[in-house]
Amino acid sequence: MQIFPFIVVVWIVGIGLYGIVTSRHLVHQIMCLIVVQSSTYVLLLAVGYLTGGAAPYFSDIPTRTRAVDPVVQALALTDVVVEAAVTALLLSFAIQAHKRFGTLDPQELASLRG
Amino acid sequence: MTPAARRLVFLVGAAGLAVFYLFGLSGLPGFGRYPGPYGFIVNRVTVAQTNATGVVSAVNFEYRGFDTVGEEFILFAAAAGMAVVLRHLRGEHEGAPLEEAADRDLPPTSDAVRMVALLFTGPIVLIGWWLASHAQASPSGGFQGGVVIATGFVLLYLSGEFQVFRRLTPADVTAAVEAVGAGGFVGTGLAAVAMSLPYLTNFLPLGTVPGAVSSSGTIALVSFFVGLEVTAAFILVIGELLRQTLLLRGGKS
Amino acid sequence: MAQASAFAPPAGLADALAVTLLLLVAAGATAVVLVRARVRQVLVLSVYGLLLSLLFLAFQAPDVTLSELTVGSVLLPALLLLTLAKVRKREE
Repeated sequence: MQIFPFIVVVWIVGIGLYGIVTSRHLVHQIMCLIVVQSSTYVLLLAVGYLTGGAAPYFSDIPTRTRAVDPVVQALALTDVVVEAAVTALLLSFAIQAHKRFGTLDPQELASLRG
Repeated sequence: MTPAARRLVFLVGAAGLAVFYLFGLSGLPGFGRYPGPYGFIVNRVTVAQTNATGVVSAVNFEYRGFDTVGEEFILFAAAAGMAVVLRHLRGEHEGAPLEEAADRDLPPTSDAVRMVALLFTGPIVLIGWWLASHAQASPSGGFQGGVVIATGFVLLYLSGEFQVFRRLTPADVTAAVEAVGAGGFVGTGLAAVAMSLPYLTNFLPLGTVPGAVSSSGTIALVSFFVGLEVTAAFILVIGELLRQTLLLRGGKS
Repeated sequence: MAQASAFAPPAGLADALAVTLLLLVAAGATAVVLVRARVRQVLVLSVYGLLLSLLFLAFQAPDVTLSELTVGSVLLPALLLLTLAKVRKREE
């Protein structure tokens, strides 16, 4: 249990990268990129977790209660929303590539010129 | 490079990555044993210093507010970038939705979908607004509220037709709301500079009751602006992609 | 140091929950990558977003849960399905 979440993180990164490398469709690649991004959220929250700690919201619990780390939660929170918008930008690139070259296969797109 | 060779190179690289990663893990304190003083200090002082009981939002908008400005502008740039990338190419024109859909034999939207969407749109917008304005009290904040309201608009598209969605979210109004959101956040910071305080200092009165809506000064205000900006950005993004399904290449259909 | 929290689940239960959800998340990530039919993959991604939000809830992070729930289960699949609709239309 000491390092199990971190092993799951590296598994998710590995399988996502495998999907990106062996993909034959740009939208599938983008979905694998979403998976890789999700591993960073799990990593951030696993680093900040404290066994027996409560959620860091003190509206109904006493202020001196042991709580998990709020800073990594703040980072992960903005991360989730912003990376959705960046994914949308990537999807628009995929649409334009399809319009311009007629194919969405990354291995064919790599050999096109101009 | 053949796919098999590509896969082999990837496996070699992934094995190296895994070795280094596991070597790095040996120095970590372990899951559930967060040692670091920063989190504990923030937890201890936030309620006293800012009268905000939602520590994560206080961290986002006050203690690390400058990072949040940067993140919000990533969102802004991504929405603007989409509008630029998906501009009309030479020879494309926008077809009327009805003639576009004529060659697709889709069933009309079922009544159940329409009714459920109609019933839920109001509560979703209300919940999103509540989330965006209660950042300091409970697990809420501008980012969450913004995406929830954007989901309400997606539900609108699902229940009706694209034309209803487009009429309710005209591009210039949405762009103006997004600008107000982004500019409001930066403006709040600059207002602090105008009072000769450091950028993004919490200069508004902190209120008396921790966790009330009117407490915690600029955290509530900034969270509201962020909510506006996130909503508008996602509506713009979805509107752009929806508009793409209507575009025709010149001549072909 | 502040007193031990009485507002968190007992340690054994919290550990079991976290391990179960982590295994489900790992399985979900594998499923997202290995499913090859496009629209089905988008739906698997939506379920993966839901599993992730449950995991974040088990890690005592309700804010991140809220964001990931909406973004991962609704907004990202909507964007992906719209792109697929656009791309598939041209392929006809």
